[in-house]
Amino acid sequence: MIKMEAICKSYRVAKRNAGFKEACRSLLNRRYETVKALDHVSFTIEDGEMVGYIGPNGAGKSSTIKILSGILTPDEGKCLVNGRTPWKDRINHVREIGVVFGQRTQLWWDVPIIDSYQLLKDIYSISKETYNHNLEELTQLLNLKELLKTPARQLSLGQRMRCEIAASLLHGPRLLFLDEPTIGLDAVSKLAVREFILKQNREHKTTVILTTHDMQDIEALTRRIILIGKGRVLMDGDLEQIRQGGENIDETVAELYRAYHI
Amino acid sequence: MKKYFSFFRLRFSMGLSYRAAAWAGVATQFVWGGMEIAMFLAFYREEPGNFPMTIEGTVSYVWLQQAFLALFAAWMLEAEVFESIKDGNIAYEMCRPMKIYPMLFARAMAMRVSRAALRCLPVLLFAILLPKPYGLEAPEGAGRLALFLGAMILGVLVTVAFGTLIYAVTFFTISPEGLRLLVTSAMDFFNGAIIPLPFFPDKMKQVMEILPFAAMQNVPLRIYSGDLQGNGALRAVMLQAFWLAVLVAAGWAVMARAERKLTVQGG
Repeated sequence: MIKMEAICKSYRVAKRNAGFKEACRSLLNRRYETVKALDHVSFTIEDGEMVGYIGPNGAGKSSTIKILSGILTPDEGKCLVNGRTPWKDRINHVREIGVVFGQRTQLWWDVPIIDSYQLLKDIYSISKETYNHNLEELTQLLNLKELLKTPARQLSLGQRMRCEIAASLLHGPRLLFLDEPTIGLDAVSKLAVREFILKQNREHKTTVILTTHDMQDIEALTRRIILIGKGRVLMDGDLEQIRQGGENIDETVAELYRAYHI
Repeated sequence: MKKYFSFFRLRFSMGLSYRAAAWAGVATQFVWGGMEIAMFLAFYREEPGNFPMTIEGTVSYVWLQQAFLALFAAWMLEAEVFESIKDGNIAYEMCRPMKIYPMLFARAMAMRVSRAALRCLPVLLFAILLPKPYGLEAPEGAGRLALFLGAMILGVLVTVAFGTLIYAVTFFTISPEGLRLLVTSAMDFFNGAIIPLPFFPDKMKQVMEILPFAAMQNVPLRIYSGDLQGNGALRAVMLQAFWLAVLVAAGWAVMARAERKLTVQGG
């Protein structure tokens, strides 16, 4: 179970106007602004739930994922994931979670994918049987057979993303955080990834938190959405309830953003 | 422990795949070593009495330095590690059940050892075959060879510990360029990479020999070439062990703080 209570996080950002003169001035007198990335964020997610975490750019989605993954310490607030505070007990916490950052890569660039997986096997101390079983299942579901012997640098974005997702699931995590997992994928890969996530959730009762700008992802995967804007939770509920008639999901969400002025 | 060893193994096997870079490195080391030896010989012939080391010892120093450049070169830090700290890809490493410090340490170690493994043999072989006084001489006695090997392992560990400390500090400065340039230039100067420490003026040498930089390539190369012997050599090896402990403790502490306080860059 995930329980976040009144989590706050602010960043100090150096700002200046455009131009050379301004750049020189900022050498002597740098102005900082404090940006509130998260402002008393609270929510609870039960085991086995799938939740869409949506909001416009800069709303605080990634900050939330980082806090839940234990790699960012909030300024205030409480957070318990399966009874642990992620940033205080990072190493035990991360054993149970899998994370996919859609914009980053965890695969070693110059070696075949399977080498990266072998390393993960040792890092997570996965037993041989579990590793073989999980790898076989993931290979089949994500269609990786042809890719495993290829170095990451020679894969296309979509192929690589499938490998990334498999890498995050090798240790069979109970919780899966997906930060824009379908970014840049073609239609076929998107459908494959979505179907795979649904299956994980159904068969392994994996709790999934998904952030995305692709509303079709949300529509296909989750019923419950948490809407965040300017660091605050604005709405937490069932998407179907706020949807009026036959409008498509992008319009529904755009309407929501307008209604909350975000 | 096994996970860090696996990290070492993967980085090592990755290092072995860069063959073209290794050949280019070997060629550079031949030319560079040859030029340095020509320079030292010119000084030696001018005034042999002023030379602080034996000429054979100096030549051996240069060839060993060139053969094992990858183990000791201060500037050999991984751009990839700096990049991942700068753009936030390090986030993935932090989502793993392992400590960041030993992971980076194992990685840096593997990078150096794999590079050296590809480069050292051709250079050593070539240097052994060269006639006196241009070639690499065998060390006198098994005792000295053993002490040399011990000092060499310590020297590599100190070099790696220093590099890992730089990685750790980069978590706070974000941009690595300034620190990296400053520290690596200082290291090259103080660790005997440009000129062996015996060639410095006495007062300066006394100070330089206590610094952590002297605990890197300086000790093993001078033990091999016979410049450091007996109690002096043992004291130098003990000082290496001392600096290794200090640098590892400092790196570990900085990294522990970074893990708690740091912000992963980028969305």
